[in-house]
Amino acid sequence: MTDLCGGGMEGLWSIAVVLLPVWFSVMIGFIMIPAMFGLSLGVTSVYIQILVKILEWATLRIERGHREQPTLSVPAPLPFGLIQREGGSMEQEMGELRRYRTQSISRGEFALSDSFYFYIKGLESIVDDQVTQRFSSEELVSWNLLTRTNHNFHYISLRLTIIWGLGVIIRYCVLFPLRITLAIIGLTWLVIGTTLVGFLSNKRLKNWLSELVHLMCYRICARGLSATIQYHNKENKPQKGGICVANHTSPIDIVILANDGCYAMVGQSHGGLMGVIQRSMVKSCPHVWFERSEMRDRNAVTSRLRAHVAAKTNLPILIFPEGTCINNTSVMMFKKGSFEIGGTIYPVAIKYDPRFGDAFWNSAKYNMVNYLLRMMTSWAIVVNVWYLPPMTRREGEDAAQFANRVKSAIAHQGGLLDMAWDGSLKRAKVKEAFKEQQQKMYSSMVMGKKGRNSQEPHTESTRRQ
Amino acid sequence: MGSRASSLLREEEIEEIKKETGFSHSQITRLYSRFTSLDKGENGTLGREDFQRIPELAINPLGDRIINAFFPEGEDQVNFRGFMRTLAHFRPIEDNEKNKDPTASEPLNSRINKLLFAFQLYDLDRDDKISRDELLQVLRMMVGVNISDEQLGSIADRTIQEADQNGDNSISFNEFIKVLEKVDVEQKMSIRFLH
Repeated sequence: MTDLCGGGMEGLWSIAVVLLPVWFSVMIGFIMIPAMFGLSLGVTSVYIQILVKILEWATLRIERGHREQPTLSVPAPLPFGLIQREGGSMEQEMGELRRYRTQSISRGEFALSDSFYFYIKGLESIVDDQVTQRFSSEELVSWNLLTRTNHNFHYISLRLTIIWGLGVIIRYCVLFPLRITLAIIGLTWLVIGTTLVGFLSNKRLKNWLSELVHLMCYRICARGLSATIQYHNKENKPQKGGICVANHTSPIDIVILANDGCYAMVGQSHGGLMGVIQRSMVKSCPHVWFERSEMRDRNAVTSRLRAHVAAKTNLPILIFPEGTCINNTSVMMFKKGSFEIGGTIYPVAIKYDPRFGDAFWNSAKYNMVNYLLRMMTSWAIVVNVWYLPPMTRREGEDAAQFANRVKSAIAHQGGLLDMAWDGSLKRAKVKEAFKEQQQKMYSSMVMGKKGRNSQEPHTESTRRQ
Repeated sequence: MGSRASSLLREEEIEEIKKETGFSHSQITRLYSRFTSLDKGENGTLGREDFQRIPELAINPLGDRIINAFFPEGEDQVNFRGFMRTLAHFRPIEDNEKNKDPTASEPLNSRINKLLFAFQLYDLDRDDKISRDELLQVLRMMVGVNISDEQLGSIADRTIQEADQNGDNSISFNEFIKVLEKVDVEQKMSIRFLH
């Protein structure tokens, strides 16, 4: 009995000894080396094409299933929200409500029907509001065969279930180990490579090698996520001494952008594994890492960034002015700090294709490790990156207006909703000042003042497609 | 491969809510998704803080009164039935409901019930009268600090004068209805669902 076991173990061991080198040479040969030089064997694009075909078939099958069994069908998510809202300003709406009175709205006064305006606005926001949905993952129009996006879809057919099952096996048993290995290799090489480059003294050689090392690692990491990235308008790529701003959906944004160019990262210095990576990166080229205490002092932050930008030979800084991850359906308020530094701004729009994997990091629900695991067990990451023409602050424009201008440009390019709400509403309460703004506006209507600015804060923004 | 959001809502419950409120099947399931997404504590009920987390509601000057309307007297949590019952007041009036048998019980979204809902938002102590004080309180919520006490007082007095018919210096529900009889309540106090 023990002999058999012993024999079995030996057998397994010898198999492992044979397989492991094969595994590694496959990895190095087919994935790492092409990744280093930015070449592609085309395997990923074939994979994506097959996936698209399967998902299209699945969508048709589900729709057919819904038609055959209408009682089972659950309503699909609505791209434009649940309700139709009145687009008018406070003045317009109140004016309509007060039509029954003989006095005109410019004469002021109060009407019992005035409160109806606030009631309706309040109830509309309870049924469907524009902000809270941005902090959770986008709902898909049709199921993409991942359990995690299965909110509304019932059992339809055996074939669909089989495909789903196969998908689970492929994703967890084939793709996942592959991706983990690549990620580990990528990160290890980043640490080793940058440390080695740090020992060099020749400036030009150091910079060239540092760029090479960084690019290689990010490419390997991108392979580690099966990322297919399409860059548009490469002629607008961020130049040295500039500031690159982009909309923020996940930590992976950095990998996506750094695949095509080298950036100086900005962020808080962490401890642990992140800290090791950060410290070694700094050895080969200047990144800007802040201590937690420094981050609170806005002037210190701005002056350090300004110094970095002023040295025209430094790599462009990469900043995400939203300050937090949003779910890639909209762009929220850009914090004006980044736009006070000066220098040229290179806006970049990033749009993920949600069919292949949900890239949004819901930091309230998942921690970083959990999130990365989910990323590595998705189908793939398919993303479009648009480089927009560089922008600078105009005469008479303050930082906040400039920030809004850049935000609109990015939203327009990426097909995202341009919102004025602050991303920090994810965690913090909304400022009282906005309520006071509404009260002020209403008061001027009651007092009958003329010539007021009728700019409505925080109502619907136009969605540009 | 079951669904998650609507599996907690049974078909019988959906039917009951349909009968009580008049919402359609798909509207009820969508509103249930909305209810669960607001329910951060995941205990099947909403508290006041769940509503206040909606930024657009938090900046509404009458936000607190609206939130209050969802909670029955003295209670702090509202379940899905209660949620739907309150929202039902804002369902648009459909054509086939307009000429119903007058002896049948009023649907929640009838003109009278919409006006009653608005009346109760003014009538803070629920004594079926809007007193000068109650009117002042709601006015104060709407204008903030921008109008003085005297001016607000005279606005309130004028409003009561216009509406009051039986001379008790407060507005009863009937007087309220009379003042607003020309307002298109059906259209203005309704939420239009896209599906």
